[in-house]
Amino acid sequence: MIGESATRSGPFAHTANTVQRTMFMVLLALTPATLFNLYLFGWPAILLFAVTVGACVVAEAACLVLAGKPVSATLSDGSAILTGWLLAMTLPPWAPWWIGVLGAMFAMPLAKHAFGGLGQNLFNPAMVARVALLVSFPVVMTAWVAPHPLFTTGSPTLNEAMTITFAGETPDGVTAATALGYVKTELSRGVPVSESLQVYGRSSVLTYAPDLMDLATGFKPGSLGETSAGLILLGGIFLLWRRVITWHIPVMMIGTLFVMGTLFNAFDPTRFAPGFFHILSGSAILGAFFIATDYVTSPVTHKGQLVFGFGVGLLTWVIRTFAGYPEGMAFAVLLMNSLTPIIDQYTRPRMFGRTRKGDPLPVEGQQ
Amino acid sequence: MKLFPIRGGIHPQYRKELTGDCAIEALPLPSRLYIPLQQHIGVPAEVLVREGDLVSKGQVIARRQGPVSVNQHAPTSGRVAAVTEISAPHPSGLHQPTIVIEPDGADAWGTLAEPIADPFAVDAQTIEARVAECGIVGMGGAGFPSAVKLNLGIRHRIETLLINGAECEPYLTCDDRVMREHADEVIDGARIMAHALGAPKIVVAIEENKPQALAIMTAAAQAHTNMEVVAVPTKYPMGSERHLTLAITGRETPARKLTADLGVVVHNVATARAVHHAVRHGHPLVARVVTVSGQALRTPKNVEAPIGATVSDLIAFCGGFAQRPERLVQGGPMMGALLPGTDVPVVKSTSGILALTAAEINDRPADPCVRCGSCVAICACGLVPVEIAAHIRHDDLDGAARLGLMDCVSCGSCSWVCPSHIPLVHYFNYAKGALNAQERERRKSERTKTLVEARAARVERLAAQRAANLTRKPKAAVGADEVGA
Repeated sequence: MIGESATRSGPFAHTANTVQRTMFMVLLALTPATLFNLYLFGWPAILLFAVTVGACVVAEAACLVLAGKPVSATLSDGSAILTGWLLAMTLPPWAPWWIGVLGAMFAMPLAKHAFGGLGQNLFNPAMVARVALLVSFPVVMTAWVAPHPLFTTGSPTLNEAMTITFAGETPDGVTAATALGYVKTELSRGVPVSESLQVYGRSSVLTYAPDLMDLATGFKPGSLGETSAGLILLGGIFLLWRRVITWHIPVMMIGTLFVMGTLFNAFDPTRFAPGFFHILSGSAILGAFFIATDYVTSPVTHKGQLVFGFGVGLLTWVIRTFAGYPEGMAFAVLLMNSLTPIIDQYTRPRMFGRTRKGDPLPVEGQQ
Repeated sequence: MKLFPIRGGIHPQYRKELTGDCAIEALPLPSRLYIPLQQHIGVPAEVLVREGDLVSKGQVIARRQGPVSVNQHAPTSGRVAAVTEISAPHPSGLHQPTIVIEPDGADAWGTLAEPIADPFAVDAQTIEARVAECGIVGMGGAGFPSAVKLNLGIRHRIETLLINGAECEPYLTCDDRVMREHADEVIDGARIMAHALGAPKIVVAIEENKPQALAIMTAAAQAHTNMEVVAVPTKYPMGSERHLTLAITGRETPARKLTADLGVVVHNVATARAVHHAVRHGHPLVARVVTVSGQALRTPKNVEAPIGATVSDLIAFCGGFAQRPERLVQGGPMMGALLPGTDVPVVKSTSGILALTAAEINDRPADPCVRCGSCVAICACGLVPVEIAAHIRHDDLDGAARLGLMDCVSCGSCSWVCPSHIPLVHYFNYAKGALNAQERERRKSERTKTLVEARAARVERLAAQRAANLTRKPKAAVGADEVGA
């Protein structure tokens, strides 16, 4: 069995990059959108965010202690913070505290440490948590509110926020449907998509698509991660620029979602929402740049990443369009996570000097 | 010239500026030189001298054994102080038979082979014989006997001699300096080699990060119509024989074949220069240019050192250590090997001596793999290092081999790029060694099995014979009686 030894092989030069630095970059990329959305949804959102991230870190620490692994060294890699952060961004901002804590319980011990900790989990921990919560508490998990920016009339004070988050008392008359949810409900009542889109646009605080400015600013009901496509996209571009992620998964996922939406919308606009609506609503952008690109649970080859991105995009569209849930990104990611090992196996690069099958290349000019 | 892309690759910190502008300086003769009998891939040479013998510079002191072996020559004139065993320049530090020479200071050449005035008028065998006689090995680091590679023209039709001046390893600037200071010698050597190989075309490939070498070599090559100097992108491991061949010719060497099967032979620039000296002047390979560098060193230099000078001689010549080096490396930082100490000699394949600080190496304890896929993206051989390493960690060496372990060239790019700092190449080298040992064991046991079977068959045959003799004997006896009667 191999061991570390004094006669260690080279190289005697290494990149400055570390896992910690990578996680830090992702957190940095998430910061603008997060800050803006915390502002947008006020104190209850801030409290829930803090509770969720805190619970994930505590849960990870507990798991490390139980597993007898180094606690502070592992915690400092920042992966628990990132999981909590991403989970918080997919929750209804005014959800009660126990949603965050329970989510952390699903994410850390169940989805991550039961598999062996960092790098070993098959499924994206944040998405496991979100889906488990959504399936277990469908009412709480779909109680969206309209934006109540901090320091504006109607925005809860810190004291009021305490009641909302910790006593679970949401004031009457603040709930609102997300764009995806509204369109889905209306369609089930027989209202054509094309019509409900227009009604939704007028009734919400501001219009939604296709006015890109409004989506970027994000004055619409939804989770922290879906109300500001513009800032999320900015974070995603930052990650591409810093080469933390490659374009393969996000472009494929968004592209597939857009193409499916556009094609079917052209075919029947009363039943199918347009492509722009699909990519700018829900957590499509967050999912494409921050969730589907999770290293651990996505394929390692670029070709595999293209397949993976395509699958996530397609399944998101299918679930949004035909299934019972208005948003399908989390389900789509988990389904594709389960395919990652097999995608990896079938998308290995061709070895130098060998055919795709692995046989040596024929020598030119020889029989 | 149209170039072809190679897959993957990395851009490490090159740190060539440490020695890039340092002209080659000759090392003053050390008080003792240590010449190992094996400085090359193949069979060690056999000692021809005894303690107390006087030798002249360039005299053969150890004779090559078979074709894959090279002569060793006295790097200077002096007295054989001992024929003994000293630590080899290898991470193991194992002892190795070595001739120790005490220079007399005269540095006088002895009788040398006659210079070949017109190498283009003699046949290939004459040039190969000269290269073999002069003890030339691949000076890029591999140390493979060069004459064997010049022989490739016999069985293959060679179209291109590719002179490798890529020098893609960080820190190293010895080839760069050789090209800048001795361009004519390199080009003459290359032309002689091309003649021996029967190669109509010569391409000199130099990485773009050596603009002066490119300019000087281009100017020097202008006189020769069949020679082209090409700038290749700065990208590690561009200087790998197969990858350079791909970049220049667009043809990929099939697994387990040689570039010669594609009509391409690759030689290093310093080797070309050594061939020039051997053919034009009859000088054997007794010195080489070594880049002595690293931030732990006071004044990094490019040093022309006699073979057998110790690492400590070179380090002292470079002002000694400015700080305690974390690692002492022979060769480049990517593919070089740890040195067991400073008391080991410079050999024919020593391209660099690096005294590296911990900050330069930037090694860290390994974190868990997060499957980021960087190693897959950068692997120039199209492997999936993360998977191969997983198989090795679970002692599934055959599984690792199925994923292409033996096709790995150990370039070190995956270990370099890994954000978790997992020593992937260390795993691969371990597994390659273990698989080779298994293979040797398998061959050995197969041989034992054939021997045992042969013996069983022989015993059986003898037994059958004896049985036959016994049944025949009475009859024979009877016959004898009859005769006697």
